[in-house]
Amino acid sequence: MMGILSNLISGISLGSIYAIIALGYTMVYGIAKMLNFAHGDVIMVGAYICYCAISYLGLPPLVGIVMAICVCTVLGIVIEGLAYKPLRSAPSLAVLITAIGVSYFLQNSALLIWKSDPKVFPSIVKSMQPVQLFGGQLAISGITIVTVLCCVVVMTCLTLFISKSKTGKAMRAVSEDKVAAQLMGINVNGTISVTFAIGSGLAAVAGVLLCSAYPTLIPTTGAMPGIKAFTAAVFGGIGSIPGAMLGGILLGIIELFAKSYISTQFSDAIVFAVLIIVLLIKPTGLLGKKVSEKV
Amino acid sequence: MKSVKKTRRKDFITYGIVVIAFIVMQALVMTGHISNSLKNQLIPICVYICMAVSLNLVVGVLGDLSLGHAGFMSVGAFTGIIVAMSLQNAIPSGALRLVLAIAAGALTAAVAGILVGVPVLRLRGDYLAIVTLAFGEIIKNIITNLYVGVDGNGIHFSFKDAMSMGMGLDGKAIINGPIGAVGVTKLSTFTAGFILIMVILFITLNLINSRTGRAIKAIRDNRIAAESVGINVTKYKLMAFVISAAMAGMAGALYGLNYSGLAAKKFDFNTSILVLVFVVLGGIGNIRGSIIAATVLTVLPEALRQFSDYRMLIYAIVLILVMIVTNNPLLRSVADRFIGSLTGLFRKKPASQTAEGGADNGK
Amino acid sequence: MANKVKLVPVPSQSVIPERDIDKSPILETHHLGIDFGGLVAVDDFNLTIGRTEIAGLIGPNGAGKTTIFNLLTNVYQPTRGTILLDGKATKGLKTSQVCKMGIARTFQNIRLFSEMTVMENILVGLHDEMDYNTLSSILRMPWFFRSEKIARERAIELLSIFNMEDMADDVAGSLPYGAQRRLEILRALATNPSLLLLDEPAAGMNPSETEELMENIRRIRDMFQIAVLLIEHDMNLVMGICEGICVVNYGKVIAKGDPDQIKNDPVVIEAYLGKKGAK
Repeated sequence: MMGILSNLISGISLGSIYAIIALGYTMVYGIAKMLNFAHGDVIMVGAYICYCAISYLGLPPLVGIVMAICVCTVLGIVIEGLAYKPLRSAPSLAVLITAIGVSYFLQNSALLIWKSDPKVFPSIVKSMQPVQLFGGQLAISGITIVTVLCCVVVMTCLTLFISKSKTGKAMRAVSEDKVAAQLMGINVNGTISVTFAIGSGLAAVAGVLLCSAYPTLIPTTGAMPGIKAFTAAVFGGIGSIPGAMLGGILLGIIELFAKSYISTQFSDAIVFAVLIIVLLIKPTGLLGKKVSEKV
Repeated sequence: MKSVKKTRRKDFITYGIVVIAFIVMQALVMTGHISNSLKNQLIPICVYICMAVSLNLVVGVLGDLSLGHAGFMSVGAFTGIIVAMSLQNAIPSGALRLVLAIAAGALTAAVAGILVGVPVLRLRGDYLAIVTLAFGEIIKNIITNLYVGVDGNGIHFSFKDAMSMGMGLDGKAIINGPIGAVGVTKLSTFTAGFILIMVILFITLNLINSRTGRAIKAIRDNRIAAESVGINVTKYKLMAFVISAAMAGMAGALYGLNYSGLAAKKFDFNTSILVLVFVVLGGIGNIRGSIIAATVLTVLPEALRQFSDYRMLIYAIVLILVMIVTNNPLLRSVADRFIGSLTGLFRKKPASQTAEGGADNGK
Repeated sequence: MANKVKLVPVPSQSVIPERDIDKSPILETHHLGIDFGGLVAVDDFNLTIGRTEIAGLIGPNGAGKTTIFNLLTNVYQPTRGTILLDGKATKGLKTSQVCKMGIARTFQNIRLFSEMTVMENILVGLHDEMDYNTLSSILRMPWFFRSEKIARERAIELLSIFNMEDMADDVAGSLPYGAQRRLEILRALATNPSLLLLDEPAAGMNPSETEELMENIRRIRDMFQIAVLLIEHDMNLVMGICEGICVVNYGKVIAKGDPDQIKNDPVVIEAYLGKKGAK
């Protein structure tokens, strides 16, 4: 019983990281209608920045995180402006390949700057003792609590931002219909930049959380979580913010349970198989909008 | 009937390019005028040409985005290795074993193609793309945990470890889980690679210029209209997908038998993407373009070897720039004027056509 | 209205040309209906079309005309009712199978295979006329070339109906608008239909082009001895070539009859012009 509960909590924690990454994927997809495969590598950059701030500069973790967020936000805007903006009217496949080019670029830049040897990521929650529940039968580590809290905060803020703020409304308008939004006086390019900025900022947070939980940092650290989070975004219904959240957390739980109760080696296969089954039953994901083609 | 002749001439030029390139390379190899690193690249180039042509059938001709093509390559590679290794004593001729291995690779990859295609092809656009990616990862995950061995009683396999295969004392492990295949006898030759390219070109080009090919292209251009003129969409989509998978399986078998060892993780998402890059840069739907792009982009990282650490960075930048220049209307017109004939590689309609793997193309 | 035909009523309260009365109708629908969620898009739609009739389906925008075409071709499965094509029910068939049974159509917003040539577009329509299989096409068997040659000759014949032989090698998407519309009709004809559905064939055409189109529709009917059902807003065309006309509004049939009856029907006038116009 405690085993299940402990796995569930770990699953939610891992899922929270996926969810934060998936949010970035889903927001960009919703607005720019592109699969931003470089997103996973922004996570890696965020983690390296935070690592440098803490280990090289000896700054406190919080400052490191803020630095990572700032750098990634700027990076997101720069990537969008240089690589994706010229391709606004290009076929989606060209944009996809460009995103992959950006992904290679980030990975290989990181390889040049930080070399291929794994860095051990310092814990960002040193001072926090694990919380003991049920007379010590269940211990929840500090990073788990921080991760889940972060996820809740991010989700709440983002939902409020999208539904209440002027920029958020502009984002929704652009995602529905770019041309109509432009005609209504919305700065479409600006809105897309903001989306990339927010998505990349979130990626930095996810990067720090990911490396705090799994402290090995190499230039390809972001790749697999990136693909998994992408899966989570599709799982929940790509383009839908609550969907990304739900998809991320469910994916984390499924992965952890598959690892613990079915097979460690085949956990990835199980995760992807669940995705396929969900898409076959609900072709646009759990919370995705059904679009029918007009004849 | 002008168009028939034109197509036929175009196809002959494509075959011609491959034949001439083969003769030239073969002559260079014979006379020793070729660097060792390029010589080692010859078979991989053949493999990637086959992969690019095969993926172009799905992405360019059928118009569906597949992100898991390396999965079929993997199935073909390991089947080929198993077949070639287990027949080592029965069939002494290496060439014959290679042919059998390639045929077996095609067969199992086709079966995998059916298993993947039946559920996947019900989906559309980006959802289809992500499910092919998922299948690619599943195939990788399964083969990574596969143990296969052969002894006097035949072939044994297990998903747990080498011990549980229960082989006799004379047993020999062929595939060792995460380590992959070890001690493989190299059977692939440049000539075999050349023949395989010709076979795959023959299949693909003849398929495209037939009623089947037209049905597949019709589905790409307008699915609803294709249905309305009596095209069975499911059947032809599956057919294109399975033929493509089988050809990837052949390429995989050739690849697998070119190395003494091979692990399943070689056939990951990045390999699928690599092949997709060939297809997109060569021009979606343009078979000749795929051949050229696959060759150039396989050689390029080697040619950039003098830049050592920077070569992948340069590769990434080249990739981004080419995409932007060929697809941005403003830059494209400028580039066309300046580069002129050089852009032949990207000439065929890169801008107007997309796989359905994206936003609605407005139809 | 060059050659006026006599129309006779049939049990479904439709009218069909007298010349077709001895033959079984090509299409009959009984109480056909479809709901989208709670919305009743088409309800109790009954129509009979004669073997060689040119029938019209008209109604204000959003009346459900294209939905009816989509029901007839099984793009949508009906919620209620039956469709009998040449006496056989099409229930549960795929769109492609309905086409093989003999219904071909064009689309309101042109749907050509725009990256393929004009010739290839027609050849896709002739798909089932060719009898070689995929393997023999890959191996380029003798019967592949034979079958291809016959199909291409047939395609040229079809193109000659609209004098489009010269365009055979052009890419369909690059054709002028009118030619695209004509090509779509030819592609539909290539499937050898017994009932041709035309969805707003005259949309975007000027009066002289429309005049030509009317002539062509009549010619096609005479050449192939098939039935044509068309949706059109151009009343000159509808009144000029249609024999039986069916008027729908809000998914329901509000009138059926010959052009003269329809023109003078107060319910139809009201549907088009509102209550005031009817007075």
